[in-house]
Amino acid sequence: MSALLDIQGLFKRFGGLVATNDCALDVRAGELHALIGPNGAGKTTLIGQIAGVIKPDSGRIRLDGVNITYLPPHRRVRMGLARTYQITNVFKKYSVLDNLALGVQARDGHSFRFWRPVRAERHLWDQAAEIAERVGLGVRQDVLAGALAHGEQRQLEVGLALTSRPRLLLLDEPLAGMGADEAGRMVDLIRRLRADLTILLVEHDMDAVFQLADRISVLVYGRIIASGAPEAIRANPDVQTAYLGDEVRA
Amino acid sequence: MTPTLIVAQILNGVQLGLMLFLLAAGLTLIFGIMDMINLAHGSLYMIGAYLTATVTSATGSFFLGVGAAIIGTALIGMALEMSVLRQLYKRDHLSQVLATFGIILIVNEIVRMIWGAQPVLLNAPEVLSGPVEIVPGFRYPAFRLFLIGVGIAVALLLFFIVNRTRVGMWVRAGASNREMAQAMGVRIKLLFTLIFGLGAALCAVAGALLGPILSVQVGMGESILILAFVVIVIGGIGSIKGALIGALLVGIVDTAGRALLPLILRDLLGRDAATNIGGALASVLIYLLMALVLFWKPEGLFPARS
Amino acid sequence: MTRAQMLILGVITLGLILVPVLAANNFTIKLFSRLLIFALAASSLNLVLGYGGMVSFGHAAYFGVGGYVVGILTVSGIASPFITWTLAVLLCALLAALIGAISLRTRGVYFIMITLAFAQMLFFVFVSLRQYGGADGLPIRPPDPLRDGRTLYYIILVTLGICLFLLWRIKESRFGRAVQAIKENESRMMALGYPVFRYQLVCFIIGGALAGLAGVLNANLNAFISPNALAWSQSGQFMMMVILGGVGRFWGGALGAVVFILLETWLGSLTIHWQLGVGAALLIIVLFAPGGLVGLVSSANAWLIKRRAAA
Ligand SMILES: Nc1ncnc2c1ncn2[C@@H]1O[C@H](COP(=O)(O)OP(=O)(O)OP(=O)(O)O)[C@@H](O)[C@H]1O
Ligand SMILES: [Mg+2]
Repeated sequence: MSALLDIQGLFKRFGGLVATNDCALDVRAGELHALIGPNGAGKTTLIGQIAGVIKPDSGRIRLDGVNITYLPPHRRVRMGLARTYQITNVFKKYSVLDNLALGVQARDGHSFRFWRPVRAERHLWDQAAEIAERVGLGVRQDVLAGALAHGEQRQLEVGLALTSRPRLLLLDEPLAGMGADEAGRMVDLIRRLRADLTILLVEHDMDAVFQLADRISVLVYGRIIASGAPEAIRANPDVQTAYLGDEVRA
Repeated sequence: MTPTLIVAQILNGVQLGLMLFLLAAGLTLIFGIMDMINLAHGSLYMIGAYLTATVTSATGSFFLGVGAAIIGTALIGMALEMSVLRQLYKRDHLSQVLATFGIILIVNEIVRMIWGAQPVLLNAPEVLSGPVEIVPGFRYPAFRLFLIGVGIAVALLLFFIVNRTRVGMWVRAGASNREMAQAMGVRIKLLFTLIFGLGAALCAVAGALLGPILSVQVGMGESILILAFVVIVIGGIGSIKGALIGALLVGIVDTAGRALLPLILRDLLGRDAATNIGGALASVLIYLLMALVLFWKPEGLFPARS
Repeated sequence: MTRAQMLILGVITLGLILVPVLAANNFTIKLFSRLLIFALAASSLNLVLGYGGMVSFGHAAYFGVGGYVVGILTVSGIASPFITWTLAVLLCALLAALIGAISLRTRGVYFIMITLAFAQMLFFVFVSLRQYGGADGLPIRPPDPLRDGRTLYYIILVTLGICLFLLWRIKESRFGRAVQAIKENESRMMALGYPVFRYQLVCFIIGGALAGLAGVLNANLNAFISPNALAWSQSGQFMMMVILGGVGRFWGGALGAVVFILLETWLGSLTIHWQLGVGAALLIIVLFAPGGLVGLVSSANAWLIKRRAAA
């Protein structure tokens, strides 16, 4: 299998803090790759660099063989990259459908159209409704995003990322702050998505990670210290001391 | 262009810069800590100048006038904070701009009602009215020298307060981290009011000292307010150090540009055109400076938050 | 738009068409011309500020430059409105492109101040242009048909109508929705694949061009242009109008401009201390009606509907 995403020698400093430290990672086409690591390890910073909103100090990021290290975010989206946020980042004052239609509109050709009302563009709304259905918000289409329950907002978060029809989906802690029910629904959703998507999943919930992942990489102090199949990671002594520690031994 | 002229212009620039710093320091603290754009800062400066003029002419003592103005303006500033401005902290910048612009209009009219539309007279004190000879052959107005001295003294005092005292510690914490400021809870209200009082007092000092040089009239606050904003934006909002450096930069560039550009252009354009274009160009300089700084450093020279 | 809104709009339009017929004197026609011009200028700022979320404190720059293009061309012997107006609008668009491209690197207060800086630079440039009147300003002799107050009024009315219709369509278009969403949540728009900078810049340019057009009309109306048209206080006044009317509400700019000017004119006729009244009005609006006048009207409307439903 070829690498869809390939990261080499990536560095990012915030003042004295090295948030990404000679990081190397490859995500193969079709796999669900989990990225785990303790709080502050630099996972979100890495996602930000892949998505293009944080500029790395040095190193190289390739998507499907193309160097995207210095591409602006919107170009990366067009190449098939999409992300979700750890802290829910949706259009709170817009309805679910309005949220998703904005995403669909972004992919559907350019939006420098000044005359025709968006309301009249049926296909935008049809596609938005389809995605709402897909992430389990079919019956909540007309609710304001800000009025959704936390779990539903997380579903919308994923839905927004799907609007660009990505090849590679970056999920930053989709289960964060969820109750058991909500988490179960999200895990189901991710399982369905992986059928036709490559996914890089950042997650603290180890049950979910070991259920879902084809491969796991472990990030500690900005550096990947281990990468491999779930069983290998579970057995890796470095990982145990650095991160999994108590949880696995218990 | 003689060396003494250049030195004199630089001194003038430093003097203007230090006065701008007095205004900018309060502005940048209020902005940095409360996230509040206070256009009415210029009104406090105007009030300070008018109070100085009135008390000076009543008592015959300029220094008594300055003292009264400092106390009076600080009280007015704190009253303004407690009555109106306090309610604007949580609002967006646009609302703050609109509301404090409203206050400017109100204060202008009240001043006009009390003191009339004509400029009022404020003279430098007798002792400081003449020039002094700094080095043999180089004479410089004593009052301007006095301004520089006061400016430096106040700047030092301010740095001492901010860097060495407990109140200053709160202020720094607040400027670099708003959550921290909020976590301080009840004390914060008092702190904000005090900062406003301090800012207003600094305005009064600037108004009192610049009054004899510029003129004491309605509207004097607005033109200098824009300069003070330029200063804090160049320096980086919330940073006292930035305000000082920005103020000196703006003061020197503006003064030197005004004096020297026409002279430089004279050879190229002839006397009339040079005075005319040089003057306008000099006014452009500080804005050009600001645009350039923001082009390279979109958050100013010394951003307090990163 | 609801039926009631259409009705109100129709009545207002009819009233505006009849103004020159009913007006007792030229003063009234001129006052209404002014209202319409500033409605256009404030609406153009509302596009940039209200919809685009870009707090430009230098919007008067385009207003003034538009006027100066007409003025300078006219005194140079080129008086044809087709040429002068087109050039003025194009130049303002270009200027906005330039200023916007640089200013949009910054955010927040820094954006406010850098847009102000550019406007101030232009202000001083025109002050220094002695051959075009310098600080005293430049009298303009508009071409014949435009010198008639009634003709000019109708031209202004039609221009405003066209521009407002344009703005209305933009608001509901793909572009308009994208721009509004960027104001709402810029980072998410980036993540959705929008080239955010480009959208904001185009919005900024449209706003600048329309303000330029308002400036053109203003110069024709006054037969005069001076650096005051691009002073910072003028930019501030445009901002006041938008906030007064309602930021990001379609009629906010127009309503704010009309109320502001009428308030100013009315208070000015009552007392020399009229600024006190304007200041107090601004303060009260901010403290008690955060959505501006349009917000006030729509919440009053909502309250009425609720009461009627309850009854
Ligand atoms: N913009 C920034 N400026 C300065 N430091 C930052 C910035 N962003 C992140 N950091 C620091 O970089 C380190 C890595 O942060 P990051 O958010 O990437 O961690 P994370 O692995 O996602 O943690 P978590 O599991 O808590 O989400 C942290 O120490 C954080 O404080
Ligand atoms: Mg994180």
